[in-house]
Amino acid sequence: MKNSLKYSVAAAALMTMAGTASADDLTLCWASWDPANALIELSKDFEAASGHSMNFEFVPWPNFADRMLNELNSGGKLCDLMIGDSQWIGGGAENGHYVKLNDFFDAEGITMDDFIPATVTGYAEWPKNTPNYWALPAFGDVVGWTYRKDWFDRPDLQAEFKETYGRDLGVPASLDELKDIAQFFQGRDIDGTTVYGAAIYTERGSEGITMGVTNALYNYGFEYNNPDTPYELEGFVNSESAVAGLEFYKELYDTATPPGSSNWYMGENIDAYKSGQVALQMNFAFIWPGVEADPNVGGGKSGYFPNPAGPNGHFAQLGGQGISVVSYSDKQDAALEYIKWFAQPEIQARWWELGGYSALKAVVEDPGFATSQPYAQTFLDSMAIVKDFWAEPAYAELLLAMQQRVHDYVIAGNGTAQQALDGLVKDWTETFEDEGKI
Amino acid sequence: MSHTPMERIARATPAPMARKVRGLSDRAIAWIFVAPSIFLLLAVNIFPLIWTIRLSFTNYKVNRPNRDVEFIGLRNYERILTDPDVWATMQATAHFLIWTIVFQVLIGFTLAFLINKKFKGNDMWTTIIVFPMMLSPAVVGNFWTFLYQPQIGLFNYAIGFLTGADPSSFSMIGDVNLAPWAIVIADTWMWTPFVMLICLAGLRSIPDSIYEAAECDRASKWRQFWTITIPMALPFLMLAVLFRGIENFKMFDLVVQLTGGGPGNTTTLTSIDLKREAFEKWRTGYSSAYAVILFVTVFGLASIYVKALNKVKER
Repeated sequence: MKNSLKYSVAAAALMTMAGTASADDLTLCWASWDPANALIELSKDFEAASGHSMNFEFVPWPNFADRMLNELNSGGKLCDLMIGDSQWIGGGAENGHYVKLNDFFDAEGITMDDFIPATVTGYAEWPKNTPNYWALPAFGDVVGWTYRKDWFDRPDLQAEFKETYGRDLGVPASLDELKDIAQFFQGRDIDGTTVYGAAIYTERGSEGITMGVTNALYNYGFEYNNPDTPYELEGFVNSESAVAGLEFYKELYDTATPPGSSNWYMGENIDAYKSGQVALQMNFAFIWPGVEADPNVGGGKSGYFPNPAGPNGHFAQLGGQGISVVSYSDKQDAALEYIKWFAQPEIQARWWELGGYSALKAVVEDPGFATSQPYAQTFLDSMAIVKDFWAEPAYAELLLAMQQRVHDYVIAGNGTAQQALDGLVKDWTETFEDEGKI
Repeated sequence: MSHTPMERIARATPAPMARKVRGLSDRAIAWIFVAPSIFLLLAVNIFPLIWTIRLSFTNYKVNRPNRDVEFIGLRNYERILTDPDVWATMQATAHFLIWTIVFQVLIGFTLAFLINKKFKGNDMWTTIIVFPMMLSPAVVGNFWTFLYQPQIGLFNYAIGFLTGADPSSFSMIGDVNLAPWAIVIADTWMWTPFVMLICLAGLRSIPDSIYEAAECDRASKWRQFWTITIPMALPFLMLAVLFRGIENFKMFDLVVQLTGGGPGNTTTLTSIDLKREAFEKWRTGYSSAYAVILFVTVFGLASIYVKALNKVKER
């Protein structure tokens, strides 16, 4: 009897072991920024629930694409999960870096209808607008504006602004109004300190100036190609209205930005704003929780607004990323478990609480969402007007060409806006010819 | 009876192997010793070079493993050599190379000449002067961005103080005319001590007896400088130019940190451009051709220069 009990216990233990998947060490790769820290915190729940342990490989933004695309291109096994930039989705899918998730979504009852449509198109689909999913929308992000509400509220400045421009100093309704406000603050003395208008994206090396200038180009009428004939660029990239948009951005840079801001991106803009150098800053929405918490500019001193409309449209540059399973990983099952866990509404709600921008409709459409943070409504409004850069497999070539052409005109002041965009058409045409797209 | 270690090894060698080794010529034994080095050299230098040359005739892209690789002849070379942007980066590199060498040699030699004199605190000053080259180029690039800051930068403040100009009225790294000089200044600050050390070695290698003989012949200090110091230190100076020339031809980190190659393409040096083509645009075939062109250029120039250096040394 004693022996049979022993055997029964041993058999039960073996059966339990056989039925339980072994615990894996998963590595998640992402950029090194505030949301990544929030994800570490969030993932502790996953570790507790699944028994898997999580490691993280975070790379600073300027080197993120270099480092991670090298990893993917070499078939590296470092990353089991990749929160890759939205523009990588084409290359990730076509070059076999990412695992296609359609079957997994179907099996687990995860539907893309539950996510903000722009994030599904931007972060998960390839080809775009087809139901082929390579990622789960993980972090919604978009370029928006932060402004010094405490400065805007000053009666003396309000009066002077009204006298100069004939309207109240407040959130701009158009890009032209934004330029007026930035110029109004440029070189102004506030509490004994000289301040400047706006910190905008001007960085040359990676993607900075492109992520900035598109916020003007889109709203003036720039199109990536003929909407009816893909890859037809002439007359769309370099249209008259696109040229006007580029000229607007240059004027904004020349007349309303701090001296020496010729190579600024997210970090420099945050520093300039928090140190009280500028009245406005262009930046991705991920920075807003940090602004609110900042002792100098947080706690009601700052306000937020979506990228203002231009003469021919109202768009904002999409940021953000989806989470994918790397096809070279030996732990794909555990990685899929993570995605399944991450997609749960309660986890997404906690993600938002910790500072991560959830793309799940159940979170952002919750009645309390818009008032849950001072920037929540701006985030919602901005996500409704997003437009993204090319997500082609050759996106890096397309991006670097734009970086060069735009920086050369806006910052270096070489040539005209028309020449810059004509040059861009030439570069992009060459790339698409190489790719066999035209 | 004691044996030397070699004798012990010889005794321990099995007889068949000993017979084989005994039958080898000196030349064969020499080959056995150098073979590992040659193999390593072939594996890490020669094979990649040949592979690069091969790739330079194709449209290969390392990030597109599924795409067919086509042999496209000299098209990559043609595109590079007719691309005005590539020539612009060549010009930017030439500007950087020439002016950094000119400044570093002039200042480095002057410092070495002064440090070579015996005075109190000589060692301390040498250590202080050498300090910049101990830093990482990325760190130097980063803090020069602060020095060049129009509002808070010490460099702008100093220029403003000396000239009366408003420090925030100019941007060293944002202005197309000033940015090429901004990278020259930062590199000169960092690497002049290296040139100084080489020159110092050259100056200290000149025997005092030559100067004493010149003194006996009543040669002036000026004449001693031009007829003894400069000719005898010249091989060292030329060596410094060679080292700095090769280093600055492949300059990358400091400039990327400082300007990112901007504004526009103003400070995009060939190494930065090549890196973008190879590892950001992933145009492997194109960038291989680019690398071959740069290799031939550097190799050709360096060969001519080394011949000249040898002639100077023989004099």
